[in-house]
Amino acid sequence: MQKVQNNKAWWLVLPVFLLVAFSALIPLMTVVNYSVQDIFGPGQAFYVGTEWFKEVLSNERLQDSLIRQFIFSGAVLLIQIPLGIGVALMMPKSGIKGSLCLILLAIPLLIPWNVVGTIWQIFARGDIGLFGWGINQLGIDYNYTGDTLDAWLTVLLMDVWHWTPLVALLCYSGLRAIPEAFYQAAEIDRASKWAVFRYIQLPRLKSVLIIAVLLRFMDSFMIYIEPFVLTGGGPGSSTTFLSQTLTTMAIGQFDLGRAAAFSLIYFLIVLLISWLFFTAITHADKEK
Amino acid sequence: MIAWMNWTPTVAIFFAVIAGILAVMTVYEIVSPCTERKGFLPIATTRGDRLFIGLLSAAYIHLAFLAVSDITLWVALAASVVWLLVLLRWG
Repeated sequence: MQKVQNNKAWWLVLPVFLLVAFSALIPLMTVVNYSVQDIFGPGQAFYVGTEWFKEVLSNERLQDSLIRQFIFSGAVLLIQIPLGIGVALMMPKSGIKGSLCLILLAIPLLIPWNVVGTIWQIFARGDIGLFGWGINQLGIDYNYTGDTLDAWLTVLLMDVWHWTPLVALLCYSGLRAIPEAFYQAAEIDRASKWAVFRYIQLPRLKSVLIIAVLLRFMDSFMIYIEPFVLTGGGPGSSTTFLSQTLTTMAIGQFDLGRAAAFSLIYFLIVLLISWLFFTAITHADKEK
Repeated sequence: MIAWMNWTPTVAIFFAVIAGILAVMTVYEIVSPCTERKGFLPIATTRGDRLFIGLLSAAYIHLAFLAVSDITLWVALAASVVWLLVLLRWG
């Protein structure tokens, strides 16, 4: 029997394509144009070739913030993913307690970034903030505006507080999708709790974990507002992450060519790492 | 209208070539659809996957040349093209 092929539906993709072209492709092309020119103003642009790229690649300030960014994103993933899974495993399966947990977990996610920054800016202060004051009262010298390690821990803690719920909610929905029969079979085999987690829950969580890891990596890699409000990138430049360095360059110094070159390198890094994550996880799945 | 985009010939050629590659690959795909296969890369890939890997690594090859040497980028371009072809054929 001849199957009728009608590909007219592809035309329905056209609006989306135009939208993406307008919102992403054209700006990206513009950035590429800017990255090879020195622009002083409208109509005053000089072609400089790959000079900006060369300079950006050997710029120590940028290299430092790139390293800081990788450490930060790595720490975020290492803390938030296991913690999120743990929280999801401990949440009540259903009923009023389950709903209550969901609402409580969702609250940090609903707060705008700059408000999160402000909350923690006050919360962690030694004089009027409950957290900072409490730590100081315990006899630990804590001052996030003066000490690099304290600043780092505060930014990390803030991010964990803000975003672990997202991982937990994703894992929770993944856990709820596991059929009861799996657990019954495990019980018949007298599987330990660890075995249930390792061979039933974790493999079944894989697809939501891909999304969680990707989202958390991308978000933490682009983090800007929260540390900007909390520490302003300090003390010194110890919590100045990539996007803040970039913004200072593009808007603060109006260095469009250099900022464009840097944006493209930034984009390539995000693209490569996201692709690696995605491929590694989906292919590990396929081989089983 | 597009004055703010500050087009330069180099970038125009760059995007034209990318668009050309995509167009050719689309036609090629319609004429002879490809199947996923395993080459020297550690993962099974389709033709599109290999093109993506090739283009992305080409970007990194260029950046690496810029970062560590003063050799003209035409060498990087040549290396990238060779790498892309090798990848498409045996990857």
